[in-house]
Amino acid sequence: MSYTKPLPRIDTLNQPFWAAARDGKFLLQHCPACGDTRFPPGPVCPKCLAGDQDWVESSGKGTLESWVEMHRAYWDGFKDNLPYRVCLVRLEEGPLIVSNLIDTTENVRMGAPVKVMFDAVTEDVTLPKFTLV
Amino acid sequence: MYDLNDLKNKIAVIGVGNTKYGNFPELDDYGLAAHAFRNAVNDCGIDKNKIDGMLVSRIPYYARMGEVLGINPRWTITLPGHGRMSGMGIIEAANAIATGQCDYAALMYANIGRSRRVNYGGDESPGTWDPWGFTSPGAAHAMMFRRHMELYGTTTRQLAEVSVAIRYHAGLNPDAVMRNPISIEDHESARFITAPLRLLDYCLINDGAVCLILTSKERARDFKKPPVLISGFGAQDTYSPSSIANFDLDFWYPAVRAAGKQAYEMAGVTHKDVDGLMCYDNFSPTVLFSLEGLGFCGQGESGHFVEDGALRLGGKLPVNTDGGHLSNSYMQGWALNVEAVRQLRGECGARQIPDCEVVQYVQSTPCTRSIIYTRG
Repeated sequence: MSYTKPLPRIDTLNQPFWAAARDGKFLLQHCPACGDTRFPPGPVCPKCLAGDQDWVESSGKGTLESWVEMHRAYWDGFKDNLPYRVCLVRLEEGPLIVSNLIDTTENVRMGAPVKVMFDAVTEDVTLPKFTLV
Repeated sequence: MYDLNDLKNKIAVIGVGNTKYGNFPELDDYGLAAHAFRNAVNDCGIDKNKIDGMLVSRIPYYARMGEVLGINPRWTITLPGHGRMSGMGIIEAANAIATGQCDYAALMYANIGRSRRVNYGGDESPGTWDPWGFTSPGAAHAMMFRRHMELYGTTTRQLAEVSVAIRYHAGLNPDAVMRNPISIEDHESARFITAPLRLLDYCLINDGAVCLILTSKERARDFKKPPVLISGFGAQDTYSPSSIANFDLDFWYPAVRAAGKQAYEMAGVTHKDVDGLMCYDNFSPTVLFSLEGLGFCGQGESGHFVEDGALRLGGKLPVNTDGGHLSNSYMQGWALNVEAVRQLRGECGARQIPDCEVVQYVQSTPCTRSIIYTRG
């Protein structure tokens, strides 16, 4: 069955992230000059404007800052998954990212520890998602 | 160079106009804007050929707009269709008039989202997080409100007070789109769109247009109605994180505080002087965030503040007396500024705030703006 959900637009800037995700790694763009880390990546460091940015691997651990349950499918591909959970995670390394919370338990609280897992949705794309620790 | 505070009470709104609000597939953006423009021109009695400044938002092509209205301004500016542009546009126009770039500015906004079946999510504007199914401004506000619940114990019944009070006002406004009264129970049993937010936490999507005409205080005396003065304004943007659109982890609290402080100081008033608040209500939680940022209550205390009908006419602080975006019309802040003018003129009939002297507009968004209006 073909995958009907929206896929990331892979470009030269974010290509290393998506390549690493296929290997089960969550990369963060990193500034060798000032140490800032972030996702999504940018063309320059927003702190010090250095141009040459590299990548570091995140531990994949973080805490839950918030979450929602989507009850409407803005994309048809999500119709069969309603309702599904989207979470806001503060990674150990600092960046704030959006992903899916796999767990369906009612017992969810802000500040809960979460960790990354990898969902290979197509041959080319693996989406990092999160689960309660 | 002049000090921004020198602009206090120097610029006036002389004319306001709007279309009817609803579903008008027979009109296009220009048609809607032209009707609002004509109403604003008639409202103040200006010769439209005197208008030498034009600002358009969510209108495709400024030059066609000029052609449609038969005007050739010497100051033109186009802003995108984002809701946050109303506060920005009014401040831009005030500065253009103050610096002599134009004498009479017409500001127009048209939205035909109802007829065009706009969803505000999904493939209309895919962003970084769509692969995870995170899309739409409403979802971003749900994410913030969930956090507010967790941090401060705010409840959805308290949130309901916002929608219920604003719908009550719509019931007093014969032109509002949604006028049937609703209760807290109606809010609590409405279907989820993005939990914890339900249908009645979301603004309308309707067609319509708004126009405001601004000039200097001196010139304002020549027109039909008493001028309403722009007494103060303030601004603060928050661009990180912008990949998570329409979102701020701190509910834009620092930005609203900064913009509010600037506006109050410029106008020489405090929040205690405000007779009515016109508050950007794309989603009901935004009202809570605005109340906290402006200092009507402490941070985290807005849930308690809004209880027992505090936002209704006759309550502690009347908010969005026209019915706001939630129940009157989704004119992305523009109609709220029109309502501020009408309240200060005393034109609001059943929904009139008694002895109304100071009305504040606020948009708590990535481009936070606040404007304080007083009677001229």
